[in-house]
Amino acid sequence: MNLTLKIWRQKDSNTKGQMVDYKVTDISEHMSFLEMMDVLNEQLVNSGEEPVAFDHDCREGICGMCSMYINGEAHGPDRGVTTCQLHMRMFNDGDTITIEPFRAAAFPVIKDLVVDRMSFERIQQAGGYISVNTSGNTQDANSIPISKHAADEAMDAATCIGCGACVASCKNSSAMLFVGAKVSQYALLPQGQVEAAERVQNMVAQMDLEGFGNCTNTGACEVECPKGISLENIARMNREYLSANLKG
Amino acid sequence: MSGILNSSIGRKFAMALSAFFLMIFVLQHFAINLLSVLSPDTFNEVSHFMGTFWVVQFVIQPILIIGVIFHFVMGFVLEIKNKKANGVNYVRNNGAANSTWMSRNMIWSGGFILVFLVIHFIDFWFPEMNTKYIVGDMSGLHNGEFRYFHELQEKFVPIWRVALYSLGFVFLALHLLHGFDSAFQSVGANNKYTKGLKGFGKAYAIVIPVGFIFIALFHHFNH
Repeated sequence: MNLTLKIWRQKDSNTKGQMVDYKVTDISEHMSFLEMMDVLNEQLVNSGEEPVAFDHDCREGICGMCSMYINGEAHGPDRGVTTCQLHMRMFNDGDTITIEPFRAAAFPVIKDLVVDRMSFERIQQAGGYISVNTSGNTQDANSIPISKHAADEAMDAATCIGCGACVASCKNSSAMLFVGAKVSQYALLPQGQVEAAERVQNMVAQMDLEGFGNCTNTGACEVECPKGISLENIARMNREYLSANLKG
Repeated sequence: MSGILNSSIGRKFAMALSAFFLMIFVLQHFAINLLSVLSPDTFNEVSHFMGTFWVVQFVIQPILIIGVIFHFVMGFVLEIKNKKANGVNYVRNNGAANSTWMSRNMIWSGGFILVFLVIHFIDFWFPEMNTKYIVGDMSGLHNGEFRYFHELQEKFVPIWRVALYSLGFVFLALHLLHGFDSAFQSVGANNKYTKGLKGFGKAYAIVIPVGFIFIALFHHFNH
């Protein structure tokens, strides 16, 4: 298929960016979206132009690195997939595809389609962990009984890959689905309950400090999340936070 | 506690609490207005009770006014903060693919409700306050009869006012279609009852505003 690509080009974080049009031809419908971008970049390199910078790593939907906003949606028009899992069969011959970086004040553009998502790392560092003695006599996690229901819910929350599609899709650039998932995956398990109150308070405080917006429950994050993280995690975080603060 | 109120979750929680309070108020307002259709005499008696009972006038009414002001001010504050968090706008954004129009435009439906409320206050509340607390007439009478039902009917004689009120309630319906279950989500209530609650919320968001419109039309055509 032959396509017109409208891509956000920005030299660096201090330079103003703009949309630039490119043509790509003979794109196979079996290609992934990133492979199509590879074809474009090869074309640009061969013609002596600067290739389009974009994030990618595992290319199998696990790492959370790819981050494009395609035709007005995070990770494109397909559901439950990252950009690397998005296939060109989702588009038609002759289409014009708009490709932008994830937008949020807390995700500044570094170059072209690459954004700085270190704000997520700092939120994780504020409390997204459990304190375990790993000096050699670590207790087997399976020795602590956990109900099937709690284990499943914790696992569902833990599938969040931290790609930032929730923030990119939210009209308020809220990070509550990400933080809700990270708070939930520990709050649901006995190992995480020891530091639960401190965790949610610190992670929410860091989230606010990073400049993410307030959630207004539009549900866009849940729909666009490639891992299907549920809004229930935000509700759980709200309960955990209110309970932690009311108990002092 | 000050930490809660300065946090994003605390602000959501406060918005939700004021929303619950306002939704209960709207329900009782509708119930009393409905009496004007079912029994004008009962409407007069209840209106007189609500307008003269000190608990309603000097406890609930100030709390209501504070609740209304808080909900609007916090709504606008959150909108400004969220715009700031957005950074640069997308060249192409397909919001309809993942969320409802109502959820994305709460600030607009809320803004129109605010305009409607100002008109509503000028129509009913300010004259009522003037009669009772400036003129000093607490009798509720006009020519020896309760004045409330008659005043209500008179207000809905002009068709332009009926149209304006109907439009106001359309915006209330749009606001409630997202606001009702959003308030429950904000206080952390997302569980096995959520599906049923959403259905009830949709019914509330449609039945109450349509009911208000019906009452306005009823008095217009039965004057």
